[in-house]
Amino acid sequence: MTATHEPAAPVGTDVDTDPATLHPITITVNGTEHRLRVEGRRLLVDVLRQDLRLTGTRTGCDQGVCGVCTVRLDGRTVRSCITLAVQADGADVRTIEGVAPDASTLHPIQQAFWEKQGLQCGFCTPGMVLRVQEILEENPTPTRAQVREGISSNLCRCTGYQFIVDAAIEAAAQMAEDGS
Amino acid sequence: MLAGGQSLLPMLNLRLAEPAHLVDLGPIPDLGFVRRERDRLVVGATARQSAVEHSADVRALVPLLAEAVEHVAHPPIRHRGTVVGSIAHASAVAELPCAALALDARLTLLSADGVRTVDAEEFFTGPFSTVARSDEIVAQVEFPVAGPGTGQAWSEFSLRRGNFPVAGAAVSLTVADGRIVDVSIAVCGVADRPVRARAAEQVLRGAVADEETVERAAAATTSGLAPRAHGDLAAHILPVSAAPVPGWAYRASVARAQVRRAVTTALTRAGGTR
Repeated sequence: MTATHEPAAPVGTDVDTDPATLHPITITVNGTEHRLRVEGRRLLVDVLRQDLRLTGTRTGCDQGVCGVCTVRLDGRTVRSCITLAVQADGADVRTIEGVAPDASTLHPIQQAFWEKQGLQCGFCTPGMVLRVQEILEENPTPTRAQVREGISSNLCRCTGYQFIVDAAIEAAAQMAEDGS
Repeated sequence: MLAGGQSLLPMLNLRLAEPAHLVDLGPIPDLGFVRRERDRLVVGATARQSAVEHSADVRALVPLLAEAVEHVAHPPIRHRGTVVGSIAHASAVAELPCAALALDARLTLLSADGVRTVDAEEFFTGPFSTVARSDEIVAQVEFPVAGPGTGQAWSEFSLRRGNFPVAGAAVSLTVADGRIVDVSIAVCGVADRPVRARAAEQVLRGAVADEETVERAAAATTSGLAPRAHGDLAAHILPVSAAPVPGWAYRASVARAQVRRAVTTALTRAGGTR
């Protein structure tokens, strides 16, 4: 097989090449269905923050490195800054705003972050909480090392991580006690 | 072409790529498969890295692929990223192109004009460069199933957990009657693409694998490679990191160490734990 670099065939005139073209998408965010029209280039994090005003999800590095834009997409943590909104068409999205059971009660993970001082500036916290939630769903009784490994996907510049690990371990114990 | 987007979207965000058209393979049905076809494990264009990572079939049939994919970034990235997309992206420091090279993987390129197959050896032509034309997609990648007596291993060193490695090594070898009868070694991080360590393979092929032989093989890893200028190395990795880029001599020594470790592990695995 020889290596060849041939130019691609020109795109036909019937293909819509206007980047401002709006694509209809349907996404369910924290249980509420939204029918939106978005540009193809629009990031999921921008749709969540700017169109749906769910500003708990942060924008950080824009490269998928830092994890502050973490959301659950069909149950799995993903980087919403390197996911296009059109790629989330038909998906179930969970953000930090959907974690607490009601407006006056914290989720046990959030409560543990509060009690163990698992945050300082708070910028990484939404992503951390969602990632810890996934870690505990996959393994309800993790060791400290397993938590540390699990949250290595998310950067925190304040805490040195120790209190975040404390919070995750505390949350695991609390959730086991609650039977949740 | 967009599969998981975990390499392309950062490049779009940083305006390193400005494609006029972007085609999302995601909604195409039936491209997300991971299945055995006779003596091959076949991975479709949109199969997620996490699906491959957690597949008992992959672990049993192509253990090197399962081990290498565990080292790709972090779980939230692997939930979106695809095995085939990472290979097609052809980073010189990434795990999966290197593993594909060591495994003699075969890629199926598909365009409106037809289908062709390319061996991994011929596929990579430079940093982020392959023989795939811009009107072709990599529809699937086939990995040979490991036979009896075969041990495989991935080893890498990265400056931080989940980062691209400074250098990494992929090894697949087969032992019969105490001798290495077949061996394949690929390394990443020391050239503008993943490369086979032919000199190291030659040391091991036909040899009784004692510690001294493994040491000689590891030392031969980079013997055929030309040292690379620092600026070239920086251009080989995705130029988004502000972190210092390790120089060639350091990368070469890390590569040799990874070959030693991966060969040692593969020998142990070939020896009966499988």
